[in-house]
Amino acid sequence: MITYILRRVLAAVLLLFIVSVVTFSIFFIVPRLAGATPETLATRYVGRAATAETVKIRAESLGLYDPVVVQYGNWAKGIFAGAEYDYGSGVEQCPPPCFGYSFVTNQPVWPELKDRIPVTVSLAIGASLIWLVGGVATGVLSALRRGSVFDRATMGIALAGVSLPIFFTGLASLAIFSYWLGWTAPGGSYTDFTANPAKWAYALILPWITLAFLYAAGYARLTRAGMLDTMGEDYVRTARAKGLAERTVIVKHGLRGALTPIITIFGLDVGLLLGGAVLTEKTFSLPGVGKYAIDAIVNNDLPKVMGVTMLAAFFIVFANLVVDLLYAVVDPRVRLS
Amino acid sequence: MTGRPFLDVRDLRIHFPTDDGLVRSVDGLSFSLERGRTLGIVGESGSGKSVTSLGILGLHNRRNARVAGEIWLDGEELVGAGAESVRRLRGKKMAMIFQDPLSAMHPYYTVGAQIVEAYRLHNRVSKAVARKHAVDLLGRVGIPQAARRVDDYPHQFSGGMRQRAMIAMALSNDPDLLIADEPTTALDVTVQAQILDLMRDLQVEFNSALIIITHDLGVVAELADDVMVMYAGRAIEHGPANAIFGRPEHPYTWGLLGSMPRLDRVLTDRLIPISGSPPSLINVPSGCAFHPRCAYEDRSAPASREEAPELLDVGGGHRVRCHLPAELRREIWAREIKPKLEPAS
Amino acid sequence: MTRRTRAWAAGVLALTLGLSTACGGEANNDDNNTDPAKAEFNAALTKVFNASDKTGGTMKIANAGDWDSLDPGETYYGYAWNFARLYGRSLLTWKTEPGEAGNELVPDLAEGLGEPSEGGKTWTYKIRKGVLYEDGTEVKAADVKHAVLRSTDKATFPNGPAYFEGYLNLPAGYKGPYKSKGVNTDSAIETPDDYTIVFHLKAPFGGFDYFAHMPQTMPVPAAKDTGAKYRQHVISTGPYMFEKNEQGKSFTLVRNPKWSKDTDPLRKALPDRYEVSLKVNAEDLDNRLLSGDLHLDVVGGGVQAASLSKVLPKPDVKAQADNPGSARLWYTSITPQVAPLDNIECRKAIMYAADRVGYQTAFGGEFAGGDIATTLLPPVIPGHEKFDLYPVGGDNKGDVAKAKEALTKCGQPNGFATGIAYRAERPKEKALAESLQQSLSRVGIKLTPKPFPQGDYFSQYAGNPPYVRTNKIGLAVNGWQADWNDGFGFLSQIVDSRVIRETGGSSNVSVRIPEVDQLLDKAIAETDAAKREPIWTEIDKRVMEEAVILPGVYAKSLLVRGKGLTNVFVNQAYGQYDYLSLGLQ
Repeated sequence: MITYILRRVLAAVLLLFIVSVVTFSIFFIVPRLAGATPETLATRYVGRAATAETVKIRAESLGLYDPVVVQYGNWAKGIFAGAEYDYGSGVEQCPPPCFGYSFVTNQPVWPELKDRIPVTVSLAIGASLIWLVGGVATGVLSALRRGSVFDRATMGIALAGVSLPIFFTGLASLAIFSYWLGWTAPGGSYTDFTANPAKWAYALILPWITLAFLYAAGYARLTRAGMLDTMGEDYVRTARAKGLAERTVIVKHGLRGALTPIITIFGLDVGLLLGGAVLTEKTFSLPGVGKYAIDAIVNNDLPKVMGVTMLAAFFIVFANLVVDLLYAVVDPRVRLS
Repeated sequence: MTGRPFLDVRDLRIHFPTDDGLVRSVDGLSFSLERGRTLGIVGESGSGKSVTSLGILGLHNRRNARVAGEIWLDGEELVGAGAESVRRLRGKKMAMIFQDPLSAMHPYYTVGAQIVEAYRLHNRVSKAVARKHAVDLLGRVGIPQAARRVDDYPHQFSGGMRQRAMIAMALSNDPDLLIADEPTTALDVTVQAQILDLMRDLQVEFNSALIIITHDLGVVAELADDVMVMYAGRAIEHGPANAIFGRPEHPYTWGLLGSMPRLDRVLTDRLIPISGSPPSLINVPSGCAFHPRCAYEDRSAPASREEAPELLDVGGGHRVRCHLPAELRREIWAREIKPKLEPAS
Repeated sequence: MTRRTRAWAAGVLALTLGLSTACGGEANNDDNNTDPAKAEFNAALTKVFNASDKTGGTMKIANAGDWDSLDPGETYYGYAWNFARLYGRSLLTWKTEPGEAGNELVPDLAEGLGEPSEGGKTWTYKIRKGVLYEDGTEVKAADVKHAVLRSTDKATFPNGPAYFEGYLNLPAGYKGPYKSKGVNTDSAIETPDDYTIVFHLKAPFGGFDYFAHMPQTMPVPAAKDTGAKYRQHVISTGPYMFEKNEQGKSFTLVRNPKWSKDTDPLRKALPDRYEVSLKVNAEDLDNRLLSGDLHLDVVGGGVQAASLSKVLPKPDVKAQADNPGSARLWYTSITPQVAPLDNIECRKAIMYAADRVGYQTAFGGEFAGGDIATTLLPPVIPGHEKFDLYPVGGDNKGDVAKAKEALTKCGQPNGFATGIAYRAERPKEKALAESLQQSLSRVGIKLTPKPFPQGDYFSQYAGNPPYVRTNKIGLAVNGWQADWNDGFGFLSQIVDSRVIRETGGSSNVSVRIPEVDQLLDKAIAETDAAKREPIWTEIDKRVMEEAVILPGVYAKSLLVRGKGLTNVFVNQAYGQYDYLSLGLQ
């Protein structure tokens, strides 16, 4: 088990390395193929009507004249050893993990990125709990009442949930629940949990439900299909033959059997979301990792792009590892060696 | 109530409405069984054996199965009883051993946990006590190092061990009625014999009523006091085991006996082949349901095609459902069938 | 999202918002009746709407994006300049009055306008006494000098305007006060005493007062200057100071207790507090503004295209809106470097054939796009004169006959083919390229649309002369906004042939007229504004005569007055509400 985890961690580190090299290469090599010079790259990071002199100074200060390998090396070194940064009025130490300084705002990447994580984690955890409980419960009920009005209605809604994009459901629910009825917080009113838990939940409840709605639909369908399979299994019949109450049969035997694919998907979904719930954060103006990622990409802000890519990749790799371990816990037939 | 047998099934009918029509899986079945006795129910797949056993346990979904008739267990009627009261009896008063224990045991729980669950459901004991009980049971069904294996998962057991564990689970609450559905089908021949020995021993020890459901007459011959042969949801021959094996009267039973593998017989000697395939349960053949496959159909025509034969007593509790005159049946058995079943000399 | 679901979404939103605004409107009826200015369309365009001196309240502000920098030395957006005046005082600023008066510079930190000497080569300003920073120390001339010098360090402040380093007579190789520590900079800026600052230029420049109004002249105390980190906490000299600043998320301004109205005749400083959220979803921002949850969209660029239908068709909502013009022109460059456009008649054919209404429609129509343009200078810029050298009839859809006539003169009676560049990320420019493609095809001119990424549009494609010549890009969709409402700011970057570099990167793509260059030099040296303005008009006409720019629209935006705002009026200098004057009911 320990060696298994160690091996997975090593693989994860290797993967992160590859992701960073690829991201870095895309940023530099693709424009270069299109004929870009350090100066043309630097024109993105100066104000409008900048002089040629300003552009050169900018390219110099961003290190764009160095070979790409050297730039990558500096970047990687910053993560492990930290870096120094010239603020103009003085030099500041950027402690590890130093993901560098934004090309656009000249502010260090990591403190701001770190600041975004709680927002995305709050959103992802809250929404995932709602959709897991809601989706699985609906799926179980649907499976047990296959063909009933409830089954057909929920599966219809589930289809709608999967098909409707968040920027539609999000804006519509904001308009209805926040601006018309005034029940929920308007967009952009995020408060830290530590500052005020009640306000935190108040601001997030609508994003949670909207995001959960999107996912719950898929989980309901997945659970329903899984339950229809397992409830026909011999071991469920055995459970009934023991004289177990139907509820115990459904939850302890039927649902338990249907849980494996749900856990797998759930882990991956949460991992992906932790890397930034891009559309939800944008729709509800939540200052999370996803919005940070949009800004980074829109502005071609390499250090930010690298930082957010690493973070997202880390979460996905980590979620995969957790899923694998959970898999072994859930299904004893899967042995880890 | 007095005088009623321990298990008394009267005119049991289990029908399933489907889009294609009504499936009459069990259609007017009656039999009874006392404690300490063993009944073997024999028949091809689809003859209604398993449906009958699930019906006794009340395991059919009431939304898609129509169950009628009477099932009396120790003076209690089960068909008309509420689902909840039947549930309380399951696992305690009546228990079942399923075929293919790999799929019948939950892959995600240890063998011990599954036995403990069954035991604690009907006994208010601590987990530790239940666990000790499980170890005892596993020991009694012949699992070596039961104290250690109790924490294994089903997939870590061999096929025979799993079947023993399955039996241990069924026995956990000392059931008065034990139903074993093809208990040895999924096992190697040598293991089969061990399991049958075990079941015989346990039945004596627990003094329970035992129903063995199988398509294998050999198993029945080993264990059963009484035998019931089923075809298309009905009993076509029913009686004491020595009568069924000694002087079977139904052409279908002859066929089953003829297809019994025996080491003392010439292997190539296929005697009374049962041609054709089992009948549809939606459109059961008219008259005698077996007539399209019966080798002696010409001798009983046209009644066999038009009129369903009754299950008639031919003496000593031996009952047969056949249009062939009793004399003719005995003659065919004595002249044509029995010699061929004798050991080759 | 498919077109249909999008329409549905808009419908739901419109419905719910319609209900909510209707409720809000009724509740406010009593207040409105007592207002001197009636709530109507353009009520705040040329006069003060809802005048009041009531202080107090928290103004809620949102920005769909983020400031380029809150550091006054580095910021380069019109709205940021408008807003920076809440926490900083530049030497001069625009008069806080509606209408034409907004184009007038008035002293702010300085006691008066700049006094030119040496024919406009030296400019002297007197600084007000008793102006305090938020920490209580007094603002000195040296602080203004430091602020201007630090802004020239483009390694530290790459985003800011570059006028000062271009015009000040700095020592050769000067790299700003951080890197060139201890270097004597008196050749550029002198501070003979604590309340006098003297700027020395390389050459005479008549419009230096415009430079003095930029936030780069807001004082920065050298002792508290933290370089690129200063943006995290700017030391205030205005009525408000930073309380909290969460990068990329939000910031709040509270009253600066050291600010005194005695030294500041301009600012009303009515609200107690400003709460600003950043990176707010643009559609949601409009909804919140319309529902009364927000007071101000600080960018002041007008509502999103999707929100127009929630404003224009509804009389009660439209009455909450204003439609100011800005110093921006959307136009198309016609490059004489690509044959046959080297022949003026072929260029004229394009001027005549283009569908002007189609141009306006592509950019969003009358309210969100702007008015059809026939000159370079927009109406808000002094020197603008209405003229039309290429009249195309009453319907403004192009004059096919005149275009064909010009083509014949050009020797291309059957038309010709050329490329039209536009920025791929901008749907309006794409729509324009398609509109021109259609209207020019009426006379046989075939356009090939060529979309390019906007990040490299000028440096590598449309603004790169060798690329333009090789790839025959005769037309390039373009646009320009002046840094301030002045002919110099508007014209210098788009009609001066000397800004064109063969390596690319210039916004001037097509104008190479030696006479225009001379006129620009003449205007720059002129210190009298009244004499400068006719020169801008002359340049405008000269460029139009050469038919190297096809004007499109003078940009306008549809602003929504937040509910509960007082003292609302559009400051013509910004084309936005005057942020210094806004108060709350």
